[in-house]
Amino acid sequence: MKKLLSLLLAVAMVLSMAVCAGTTTAKAEAEGSVYYLNFKPEQDEAWQKLAATYTELTGVPVTVLTAASGTYEETLMAEMGKSEAPTLFQVNGPNGLANWIDYCYDLSDSELYSHLSNKSFALGDDDAVYGIGYVTETYGIIVNKALLEKSGHTVDEINSFETLKAVVEDITAHSEELGFAAFSSAGMDGSSDWRFKTHLANLPIYFEYQADGIDTTTEIKGTFLDNYRAIWDLYINNSTCDPAELSAKTGADSLNEFLNGKAVFYQNGTWAYGDLSGTFTDDEMTMIPIYIGAGDEANQGLCTGCENFWCVNKDADQADIDATLTFLNWCVTEAAETLANDMGFVIPFDTAVEASNPFTKIGNDLIAEGKTPVAWTFTTMPSEEWKNMVGQALTAYAADQTDANWDAVVTAFVDGWASEYAMLG
Amino acid sequence: MVKATKKWWPIFVLPTVLAFIIGFIIPFCEGLYLSFCKFTTINKASWVGISNYVKVFQDAQFFTSLSFTAVFTVVATVLINVLAFAVALALTNNIKGTNLFRTVYFMPNLIGGIVLGYIWNILINCLLSLLGKPLLALNTTAGFWGMIVLMCWQQIGYMMIIYIAGLQSIPSDYIEAARIDGATSWQILFRIKIPNVMPSVTICMFLTLTNSFKLFDQNLALTGGDPNHATEMLALNIYNNFYARSGAGWKGIGQAKAVVFCIMVIAISLIQLRATRSKEVQQ
Repeated sequence: MKKLLSLLLAVAMVLSMAVCAGTTTAKAEAEGSVYYLNFKPEQDEAWQKLAATYTELTGVPVTVLTAASGTYEETLMAEMGKSEAPTLFQVNGPNGLANWIDYCYDLSDSELYSHLSNKSFALGDDDAVYGIGYVTETYGIIVNKALLEKSGHTVDEINSFETLKAVVEDITAHSEELGFAAFSSAGMDGSSDWRFKTHLANLPIYFEYQADGIDTTTEIKGTFLDNYRAIWDLYINNSTCDPAELSAKTGADSLNEFLNGKAVFYQNGTWAYGDLSGTFTDDEMTMIPIYIGAGDEANQGLCTGCENFWCVNKDADQADIDATLTFLNWCVTEAAETLANDMGFVIPFDTAVEASNPFTKIGNDLIAEGKTPVAWTFTTMPSEEWKNMVGQALTAYAADQTDANWDAVVTAFVDGWASEYAMLG
Repeated sequence: MVKATKKWWPIFVLPTVLAFIIGFIIPFCEGLYLSFCKFTTINKASWVGISNYVKVFQDAQFFTSLSFTAVFTVVATVLINVLAFAVALALTNNIKGTNLFRTVYFMPNLIGGIVLGYIWNILINCLLSLLGKPLLALNTTAGFWGMIVLMCWQQIGYMMIIYIAGLQSIPSDYIEAARIDGATSWQILFRIKIPNVMPSVTICMFLTLTNSFKLFDQNLALTGGDPNHATEMLALNIYNNFYARSGAGWKGIGQAKAVVFCIMVIAISLIQLRATRSKEVQQ
């Protein structure tokens, strides 16, 4: 009896393993299907809804999977290794493309590409288009207008680094009686440091590219790093907390300080609108350019650009590739309104409808007034490692603001740029 | 019964062997192969020979991480085992509330490493900020000792349970006989108890040594390798190799590091097992 029982158990175990192995391959073969590995967690719900609508309309199954925040590259690596790999994924610019270029389908003949209104939002070389930018975003300094007025200033005063500095330092001088600070904390925790090591660092890079008339370089000179220091000093010394504590401050800390009226200014972008709209009405906040005292400040706009590029997996079945291209085209044409309203996307396609996001409108209004938007040159940064080293040096400098510590930032910025470019494999 | 097992053993072993082959042997061999390739996903790898290994040994950061890991492992292993054994001794002395103490000491082990890392990150940063010292992200010393404290807190309870089991399995007549012979409690500890718990020491040493050497979650959550990779242990260094820079080449180098790392862990644990096994006594 015991013998029989153990035999049964062993057989059951083997069988259960076989069943597990079997189920994964049994999937109905449709006329091609779409599998999108989505990068933006905040739009997950909207994408799921859009996918369901599309399946209802056409019968083509669309699966949308969203990677957890900050783990896109890991998830993509794992998913692309599977037999049911994503047919649609994204890269974050020329350096992100370096990992995935062997997997990208040439999109130059696609209808999607023909709709792209500004061809500079495509990634590729002379022969092929590997990625197509699908959303442009904008960042700057978000202002709590009511608090600013309470401090005796208005947004109209601020039109250069000097005027920004004057307002900020005046607020700091009276922060005791006002009960709030100029800037929300410039947290250097991983949830927030990208605002400074990437987005703020974009400005000195952009102005250097402008001055030299280039789009990218493997050797940065750091011409405008003194300006970078000036704006960083302004951020950290006029904020809600002691600069030495910044290394532990998170993105949520900074957001909450702004939401609770503890700070007038908060550097972030259009994507933060969802976090703010619950507390402030559209009239209560605005966004101003990040002035660092470089270039033509009178005509400087917000920082607008694109770091999200759609790529189609060329190793997928042709039927799936075709289904994906048709789906994408449908997204930017017939579903353009959903993209604009439900996801708040400004899409760089000729089919775009105006987005409801007020920060986007401010950016567009500034362009209409003849101001030049600051391009997103940070997609040319050599690597994550470079950003981390700059971030680390910025944090160390914030805790102890000596010239020697600033030199470490300059070294990480300039020497690190060259050495990291040399190490791209 | 013995006969039946002899006859039927392949059937009993088969499921486990299959699982072991699928879950361990195949991935391991594939990993070994990939360490000689450049790749982004595992099914599209191109052979590059030993150049990955050459690059591993040229990477100064790898050796910094190695020495940091080695120091950490020595300190953590010694501290955890000494403290766990001390607690185990105290809790086998028939003091009141022994079970409550055992439960409480064991509890930290039930929390995952990432969560512990973040909790201790907040605690240590608060302390450092009160003391006016640089916070964890800028403080190598605090990062090192923070990880030691975290690991001790997490592991002592677990090792304590193993030591308690070892201590309780010592036949009481040994100790009684020693007492009658006039042995002091120190003599009982060093001549009777410790030699008799050597099997527990072997297993505890093995667990703490390997756990410390391949520490990852706690390292990632508590310090993240800051400042400037100074508190980056080997496992985190390998992980960063995969994602810190783009380009297919880096994955292969990371993979080669992982193979070197694996060989080191195996070698260290074999040496340790041999060393402590030889001290074990038969009851």
